[in-house]
Amino acid sequence: MLRLFRRRRSAPVARERLKVLLEHEHAELGRPDLVASLREEILAVIQKHVSVEPEFVRVSADRTENMSTLSVDIEIPLETLKAAAA
Amino acid sequence: MGTVVVVTSGKGGVGKTTSTAALGAALAKSGKKVALVDFDVGLRNLDLVLGAERRVVFDFINVIQGQAQLPQALIRDKRLETLFLLPASQTRDKDALTDEGVTEVMSSLRQVFDYVICDSPAGIERGAILAMRHADAAVVVTNPEVSSVRDSDRIIGMLDSKTLRAERGEPIQKHVLVTRYDPARAQRGEMLSIEDVTEILALPLLGIVPESQAVLQASNLGSPITLAEPDSSAAQAYADAARRLTGKKIPMTIPTQKKSFLGGLFRRAA
Repeated sequence: MLRLFRRRRSAPVARERLKVLLEHEHAELGRPDLVASLREEILAVIQKHVSVEPEFVRVSADRTENMSTLSVDIEIPLETLKAAAA
Repeated sequence: MGTVVVVTSGKGGVGKTTSTAALGAALAKSGKKVALVDFDVGLRNLDLVLGAERRVVFDFINVIQGQAQLPQALIRDKRLETLFLLPASQTRDKDALTDEGVTEVMSSLRQVFDYVICDSPAGIERGAILAMRHADAAVVVTNPEVSSVRDSDRIIGMLDSKTLRAERGEPIQKHVLVTRYDPARAQRGEMLSIEDVTEILALPLLGIVPESQAVLQASNLGSPITLAEPDSSAAQAYADAARRLTGKKIPMTIPTQKKSFLGGLFRRAA
């Protein structure tokens, strides 16, 4: 009787599997867009203060099983900084 | 200016064409001028569900390629004089639908009709994108089942990125229409519940259409269910859904398990 009951309620399993799956799919599908738009906005903020070439701004995202990292690497030429300070 | 609605799902066989016909007929019955557009080039079926398969002379592709005028290709329904069909081509392939051609046809239809309902092909390729491209509103047809819900989720993502409205930063009204819902199985926990589906897809519910013999019978007869069997629970669910599409607030009816003949006997015996 208990086994019968357990076998029948498959909907909660379906629901959990779907939720986990879609969360992963959203993260994967959303990533390229996220990185591109982050890069654009970060660049815009920096350019408000110092002039940097777009190719010197690198944004990358990485994901391991239990951690996501976002790294932003900006190269600012020394002359640019000096000009900004002056 | 009319409203363009896309009926879409990603997955095939969930009831897009049946729903397009049923919603369109319900809207036309209430006096709205409705054009149903079949985007499933090569695999058209909306003509069949509407019982208009022998009246197709010109199709969508003919109009786009200039072999026919739009009014020549539109087929008026025999039962409802405000319901029209623009059939897909059965012989051409989907590449014959051009962006410019679709844009032109959509803007002409929008000027004449209150509702232009686009029946999307299955999949997430060009045909499905063209069908949703001009939509102001979307009906995402979903069965309470894992693969259908997953595909609906993909389609919702595309509605948010590939439509003209999305590109212009304007909202597109999205609804989920649950079809082939089996209340008995849902009650026993064998089927995703309505709450599961709406929570996972995070969309408002347009309606819940129960699994019904009447749906098959209606398509056998070539008549939208809302006309063939207007008193069936499926037809009533579609009629309510059509009213919600026009912005009316109608309380949601969750289909309940009908007492079967045998069940009735048992209850009486008990």
